[in-house]
Amino acid sequence: MNQNVKGFKKFILDAKMFSPLLFNLVSRDFKIKYRRSILGVLWSVLNPLLTMLVISQVFGILLKVQVEHFAAYYLVGATIWNFFSEATSMSMTSVLGGASLIKKVYLPKYIFPLEKCLFALINMAFSLIAVVAVMLIDGVTPTWAMLLAPVPIFYTFVFCVGFSLILSALTVYFRDIQHLYGVLLTVWMYLTPIIYPMSLIQSNDVLRTIVMCNPLYYFVAYFRNVMMLGNVMVEETAEQAAVYYTMPTLADNLICFGIAAVTLLLGCLIFSKAQKKFILHI
Amino acid sequence: MNPNNAVELKNIEMHFNMSKEKVDSIKEYFLRFVTRKLLYEDFVALNDVSIDIPKGDVFGILGLNGSGKSTMLKVISGILTPTKGTVETAGTIAPLIELGAGFDLDLTARENIYLNGSVLGYSKKFMDEKFQDIVDFSEMQDFLDTPMKNYSSGMVARIGFAIATITKPDILIVDEILAVGDFRFQQKCEDRINAMINDDTTVIIVSHSIEQIERLCKHCAWLEKGKLRMIGPCQDVCDAYKNQ
Repeated sequence: MNQNVKGFKKFILDAKMFSPLLFNLVSRDFKIKYRRSILGVLWSVLNPLLTMLVISQVFGILLKVQVEHFAAYYLVGATIWNFFSEATSMSMTSVLGGASLIKKVYLPKYIFPLEKCLFALINMAFSLIAVVAVMLIDGVTPTWAMLLAPVPIFYTFVFCVGFSLILSALTVYFRDIQHLYGVLLTVWMYLTPIIYPMSLIQSNDVLRTIVMCNPLYYFVAYFRNVMMLGNVMVEETAEQAAVYYTMPTLADNLICFGIAAVTLLLGCLIFSKAQKKFILHI
Repeated sequence: MNPNNAVELKNIEMHFNMSKEKVDSIKEYFLRFVTRKLLYEDFVALNDVSIDIPKGDVFGILGLNGSGKSTMLKVISGILTPTKGTVETAGTIAPLIELGAGFDLDLTARENIYLNGSVLGYSKKFMDEKFQDIVDFSEMQDFLDTPMKNYSSGMVARIGFAIATITKPDILIVDEILAVGDFRFQQKCEDRINAMINDDTTVIIVSHSIEQIERLCKHCAWLEKGKLRMIGPCQDVCDAYKNQ
């Protein structure tokens, strides 16, 4: 018990002492990312904008996905997805990348995955500018509910941190994960309704159950609902009634919060167990 | 912990798994697990070492290469967690084990000074106050906004030393780094360490130069193959070490 209290005290002291380091690491990543590019930070806005143009043309025109405001639908969902995929893939190798530091000085090791998640969060904040621009161009009626956007982003962030802690700790011991994770991400992306609406797989029970087990589904749905509240998602057809974006309920909040909290807790447990032997493996 | 001690090591043991080849892929791990070939050679870097270092002492550690000196410094500074035993330290530790840990050579010296300062746990405000001192001591005024990849290794070491010694730590850990830069800068480094010694800082020094240890230290420990062979007043240990 005494050991636990001591460990917790150390955790608080460390967090306070090393918060400037967290800040400096994020700003370093930022500087290095945009070093010597003429447009610099503007790329964080331009990139999603250009990607969106390509994807919405391909899927909206060639494949005729039946979603109203498809460009906005896709981009809002992709924002959460890209945040998750960027944060976790960068975190995955973050402990390995911090090897030179871990071997030389004492640092709380969770700082590395946490820093990558923060960096991804900032990148996403920039791309939100592009998202809002596209939404307006696409004719989405904005509502005050958009101000609730930080809520699903917060849930996603906590989930990302938890997942990144697990991933980065495992990668130290099994380097194969680096290669496997790219494939996993692709599968995961298609199991998240980003380029298709849920109504498309309504009749396929197996697929629908799998998607419902995907944590990202809840974060994406929540984010879309607050960003595009009241707008039509799927037009009324002979087979089904129109689908609207609705205000997230208490249940939605509990599900998202539960997923995020459990993942974070699990991440902390696994990471704190694994970190003692990091130095012998990096 | 005894309040007169700066560092207390109790029955420290440090084991390393020296597997013949490093198993770090799942397939390999699985195969070896199934065929029961997951054999490790246990290497004991520190074996039942207990040392108390009193406050204000200058403590030298002697030993041949591979005797566990650096491992011990890393255990004291918290980089390594010992397999068995406990480490207790009183106050702040400035480890001069590797200079410039965390320097990113793509960034400028100015940015690196702040980055490295935060690696050592200093606040932004503190670094603002000490920035000029660091620059003055390292004599790098003219190159502050040059990316550090264009620096020579001596220049990098100067900045590293200047940052690491900017505080008055309670415990200073020095691992063979009095040999950075040109002779004039080496003199400057030694003066600074001497100033700390006179200022009641507890200093732990590892060096291959016995003369240096004899000159600076009050007490010494002699490590041999991970075991504590002798501990006591500096001159006694140094004499025994030389006459082995």
